[in-house]
Amino acid sequence: MMEAYRYPDGSITYPGHPIGPGGEEPVDTVDLSEYTAEVITWTTSMAAPPGVREPNTLAIVEFDVDGEPVRAIGGVVTGDEVEIGDEVRPVYVEELREPGAGIREPESQEWDGYRFEPV
Amino acid sequence: MENVAIIGASMTQFGQRDEWVLDLLSEAGTACLDDAGVTPDAVDHLYVSNMASGEFEGQTGIMNAVAHDLAAMPAYTARIDQTSSSGGAGVKHAWQSVASGASDMTLLVGAEKMTHRTTAEATDVIASITHPVEYKHGVTLPSFAGLTARLYLDTYDAPRESLGKVAVKNHRHGVDNPHAQFQKEVDLETVLNSPIVADPLRLYDFCPITDGSAALMFCPESVAKEYTDDYVLVPGVGGATDTHVVHERADPTTMRGVVESSRIAYDMADMRPDDIDVAELHDMFTILEFLQSEDLGFFEKGEGWKAVEEGRTERGGDLPINPSGGLKSKGHPLGASGVAQVYEIYKQLMDEAGKRQVDADTGLACNVGGFGNCVITTLMEAN
Repeated sequence: MMEAYRYPDGSITYPGHPIGPGGEEPVDTVDLSEYTAEVITWTTSMAAPPGVREPNTLAIVEFDVDGEPVRAIGGVVTGDEVEIGDEVRPVYVEELREPGAGIREPESQEWDGYRFEPV
Repeated sequence: MENVAIIGASMTQFGQRDEWVLDLLSEAGTACLDDAGVTPDAVDHLYVSNMASGEFEGQTGIMNAVAHDLAAMPAYTARIDQTSSSGGAGVKHAWQSVASGASDMTLLVGAEKMTHRTTAEATDVIASITHPVEYKHGVTLPSFAGLTARLYLDTYDAPRESLGKVAVKNHRHGVDNPHAQFQKEVDLETVLNSPIVADPLRLYDFCPITDGSAALMFCPESVAKEYTDDYVLVPGVGGATDTHVVHERADPTTMRGVVESSRIAYDMADMRPDDIDVAELHDMFTILEFLQSEDLGFFEKGEGWKAVEEGRTERGGDLPINPSGGLKSKGHPLGASGVAQVYEIYKQLMDEAGKRQVDADTGLACNVGGFGNCVITTLMEAN
């Protein structure tokens, strides 16, 4: 599940926060993996940190959840290419980065998630 | 509230240094005490700007160590961490300590020791500021720069070459800075043909990994006059924060922290963007010089690249930006960078910048943490 939070004013954020942009606590969740998104911008990083694939193409995308925009960042599925304005969908990946290879404590966060592939 | 003055400044050689962080801090701190003519026992507050000495070299508690090494006890001391804007945050804390009346003499020293780490390791230490949803994808600060640069070029129809010209300009400026890590010009062809780091940005669009330290001495203007006739005033300092999660920003090409921190500083100093004669901006990546020059109000949104193309930000232009060479040429020892920006403006306003000297009575320094996550804007004027 690519979980985003919805707040009383209708706004949605990914990731969720204990208090939303309008200053109120979330009231619902949304699974963004059920939606497609538009590529806002992208880059291919050729200098990846430890435990990360190289090259690493990343994109900021915008979902339209029943008229409410919500943005996310993620890798582009290996081998695929995207351009600004392309439509993409989330694809689940069990391990996005090798836990423990970098500075962050492996148990402190999750390492699975979603990359994007062109529709 | 009394005016806050800077009466002394120093910076070490930036680059690859054999010394460790405490040695670098002591070197700059000692030089600043000498420059200001202040004895250690006169120091009431001592702030140490540093992002990650624990992560880089396993040395923590550096504020106490520096106070001891400089014989500045029993001065109140604290380490200031605001990631890449730790130096600017140190300036804000030092300024507040004097403006509030809590301190009559505040020494600020910033430093970072980084080059003993590989580029990948150093990049990961810096990337550890990111949110878990960013970190697990291998998002780094350079990749944020690539994402933003592509959007900026696309949105404002700016040529790729304009980013390269920022690197060319700042390298040219750095030639005359004896403290700079790179004191060598590069041509546009070299920049545009250098290896890709985060498409569309290439190696020369990025600042290097650097060791170094810088220091400043703050006091009330009335105290400054007891020490010297020549000092610089700090009429405004503003700090502001943007989202931790970068993709949540409505417009990634606008740095809200820059907009808000400069608004606070301008209001405090009763100044406007067109009152500024010289600026040091946080060009950790070339794209950041465009974004800041626009969000500080120097140029219209989407027009910053034209100012560079027209030569307006050269040392001989109507608004010199980064006469020191900027982070791009001078280097970026995280905790020292914001302090070194103010050092450069201080030298410019004291008419002590040598070959780098521009005609200036006022100056601005903008220090950016993360990818605009935390920002400090400092305004200065000659006395």
